[in-house]
Amino acid sequence: MDKKTSVLSPLKALKYLFKKPKTLRYPFELKEPAERYRGLHLNDWEKCVGCGNCADICPNEAIVMKEIPGLESGDGKRNERPEIDYGRCCFCGLCVDICPTGSLKLSRDYLHIHFDPGTFKLLAKDENTDKEHFLPEKEYSILKASLTHRRENYEGFSSDLEYALFNPERVQMSQLSPQERKSSFIEQVKGFSASEAMKEASRCLECKLCEEACPAGMNIVDYVRNLWEGNLEESVRDIYKTNPLPGVCGRVCTHNCESACVLGHRGEPVSIRWLKRYVVDNLPLSEYKKVLETEDIKSTGKKVAVVGAGPGGLSAAYYLRLLGYEVVIFEKLPKPGGMMRYGIPEYRLPYEALDKDIEYIKSVGVDIKCGTTIGEDITLTELRDNYDAVFVSTGFHTGRSTGVSGSENSHVFQAIELLRKVTMKEEIEVTDKIMVIGGGDVAMDISRTLARLQTKKFGAVNVTLSCLEARDIMPATPEEIEEALEEGIKMYPGWGPEKIIIEKEKIKGIVMKKCLSVFDEEGKFNPEFNGEEKKKFECSMVVEAIGQAPDFSFLTEDIKEKLEYEGRRMKVNEYGQTSLPWLFIGGDIMRGPDVINAIDTGHKAARGIDKFISRGEKK
Amino acid sequence: MRELELFFGPQHLGMVGNFSITLSVEGDKILKATSDPGFLHRGFEKLMECRTWMQNFPLVCRINVVEPDHMEMVYAMAVEKLAGIEVPERAHWVRSIYLELARIASHLFGLWAYSNMLGFDTAAQWAMYHRDLILDLFEELTGGRVYHIYIWPGGVRRDFPEGFTDKIVKTLHSIGKSVPDYNDTFFKNPLFYERTRNIGKVTREEAEKWGGVGQVLRATGKPFDIRKVEPYAAYDKVDFNIPTREEGDAYSRIMVIRDEMIESVHLIFKLIEGLPKGKVYNKVPNPFKWKIKEGESYVRVESSRGELGLYLVSDGGDKPYRAHFRTPSYSHGLTVLEKVLEGANISDVGNIMISMYVCAPEIDR
Repeated sequence: MDKKTSVLSPLKALKYLFKKPKTLRYPFELKEPAERYRGLHLNDWEKCVGCGNCADICPNEAIVMKEIPGLESGDGKRNERPEIDYGRCCFCGLCVDICPTGSLKLSRDYLHIHFDPGTFKLLAKDENTDKEHFLPEKEYSILKASLTHRRENYEGFSSDLEYALFNPERVQMSQLSPQERKSSFIEQVKGFSASEAMKEASRCLECKLCEEACPAGMNIVDYVRNLWEGNLEESVRDIYKTNPLPGVCGRVCTHNCESACVLGHRGEPVSIRWLKRYVVDNLPLSEYKKVLETEDIKSTGKKVAVVGAGPGGLSAAYYLRLLGYEVVIFEKLPKPGGMMRYGIPEYRLPYEALDKDIEYIKSVGVDIKCGTTIGEDITLTELRDNYDAVFVSTGFHTGRSTGVSGSENSHVFQAIELLRKVTMKEEIEVTDKIMVIGGGDVAMDISRTLARLQTKKFGAVNVTLSCLEARDIMPATPEEIEEALEEGIKMYPGWGPEKIIIEKEKIKGIVMKKCLSVFDEEGKFNPEFNGEEKKKFECSMVVEAIGQAPDFSFLTEDIKEKLEYEGRRMKVNEYGQTSLPWLFIGGDIMRGPDVINAIDTGHKAARGIDKFISRGEKK
Repeated sequence: MRELELFFGPQHLGMVGNFSITLSVEGDKILKATSDPGFLHRGFEKLMECRTWMQNFPLVCRINVVEPDHMEMVYAMAVEKLAGIEVPERAHWVRSIYLELARIASHLFGLWAYSNMLGFDTAAQWAMYHRDLILDLFEELTGGRVYHIYIWPGGVRRDFPEGFTDKIVKTLHSIGKSVPDYNDTFFKNPLFYERTRNIGKVTREEAEKWGGVGQVLRATGKPFDIRKVEPYAAYDKVDFNIPTREEGDAYSRIMVIRDEMIESVHLIFKLIEGLPKGKVYNKVPNPFKWKIKEGESYVRVESSRGELGLYLVSDGGDKPYRAHFRTPSYSHGLTVLEKVLEGANISDVGNIMISMYVCAPEIDR
């Protein structure tokens, strides 16, 4: 038994009567909340993209996304901002830990007293977005504290990437080293293994900003989720709903989706493109028809002609075929694929991948007639007479010239023609010092192709690239530029050609002048140069890659007369239907500049053509 | 003498929490006691079945307001066991320090309830104040005072802020200085001793038979503590004692609690000394794409009231298929209490109940 004290010993507590009381006389004596305090929300509207992950994670459904008129939407942004209902919020802060941009935080404010529960809802803002209600310490009074009387610079619990609920790092894709790349045309990107693909797919937060950014509106969230769940067949079905060339897009798509991905704000976006590639690469072609349920297509008996077997034409043909039309594609070049085959080098898009996509489209009953040129072998008028509708997507296959003095020399080439010849296994000129003019993806493609050919021929790379645009506004995709540099290509962005120096019909070099700006104040192409700052480069061959143009020589005069134009482009409706109702267009000649846009125009045209034919409208 | 039926609670001065006991009394003597729970049933276990693995994490702590942290711990452990998630070494230590702080805070709260109920208001106010000092520490560490939402699957939510361990030591020292005051006014006060001695007596055999754990069992001389029996977090890395008493009455139970608080302080000092460096969180999968393979797990921790267990079942989905808590108050409040009250005096009902730390939100979940 413990020793007990005296009955009087509790009286010792009386000593505290003479000490300062510990109790704070709130609100006149305040206690500062801790730095990590989880109080009312703060949201930086500049950083917030309206992805809605906060609303999705909220265990109490306290957050709803409110549409805000006047805020911009698109390009990875949505004009929505979170509204928090403090009648439901439990201040757990999961919304902060899931916020990919880090815009959502909790403040150290925590007071709100009101008789009307309606006032418990708050469109969270911070001092930058809401100067009116966030007050400096001097003007702030705790007696008035509420959702709309807040203290500025009073940040509490905020996001920390190390503890974030998402994974900011993507699964690294294994690629060939620059040394290996330079010496061959083998595909550079090796592709994901099953476990890598699953892991990468599991990073997706399903906010769908990618789908809004995709020109073809692909069901990205669905196919990534199905891939993650191990349901490859369902994933392929999701992909084919809007894209009949996934093997191609899984490799060379300009991936607007990844640029829009919210994870890209503070980390790396989900590798949506490689995931798509994984899905289609892992389903054998022999399974396609069964999986996609295209074994038995009922024919309507109507016929559609498609001109050009590029992504636009193939997409239109595929979706028309699914609707039961007899489709014939007329292609000028010896093999189908258009720019995908003759423009994009093999190391980026191997022919097997392209052939697999095209083989499947052929297998559902699309007839492709290669080596047939419209306007020579068959006229557009004949097509009009023999078919119920015509879809034209002839693309941009003619290179543009800089037109500077010396550019007419026989050692000056068009990038697009060289690339086509490489695909057709024709011999092309390769010298030891090459100058490439242009800063887009085609310039990168030809530089890197020439680098490979130089390595084969001379054992060393000596390709110089220059373009008008400064490094930060070069139109090529950043990774293409990066990879070109890795392969030893020298780059001089911000220089424009003045003249090519020619001696005895041979190129000796090129004189460049400093470009100050590419576009004028109205945003039109109008380069301005500093005539005094010049540079001379030695070279024996020049390649121009400054853009391509369409070739409309197949349009006869009577058709041209009837077509209406908007600027330089043909006037079309949302389905690509021209002012001649039987004539639809798509691909680069309607909207460029990439595969995925072409696929979308083809898909839309297929729907337009179906409408046009089934309504029995007059030609 | 006539037998009367008496309702003790839920609205009764001697009752803490939304709980009720129906008493059959004859004069002052209780003939039979029937626990009547259900006033606080909030359906947590069912609610957990429709929330994802991550969304349940801020929920579980709310089951018991007095003891949110051990609820978090037991949930995190169950998920980690089910999903096979490794926890970094430092996180184990941080968890232990945090849980011991929580144990002290919970005991101080219990001390408030007990001393307040017996009319020792001075000690009750001190206990509340000292608990607040620990809540200040929690606020600095986690951003919340009561619901800390701190231990999550994979580790803990944030590392200690700069200089935090020094603050813990300082705070505990300042609380420790008041132990003689507590002794004088409460623990060793002859009035308190007379009021609790031989009240609500439980023998070791009875405690074991009726499902008694925690102080109820330890006050009968059995050093049963999950921290030793089935060590979790960093409890197997440091040495500490399990305070026990032999008498099994209300007085010995409260003395066990007092000794436990002092032991926890020493334990925290040891843990701080050995605290390793490193990270405190291993990332768990994206909460929107987190499925746990089919299986079940049962984990248990020593909460301030005794053995707290969680049985968690996954059917391979993104939410628990079933969750069931085994809480110490459940057996204490429904079985032990009923038996012990038989033959007791009406004036001792609250006394006995709180000495066993019966906490209504643990009984009704």
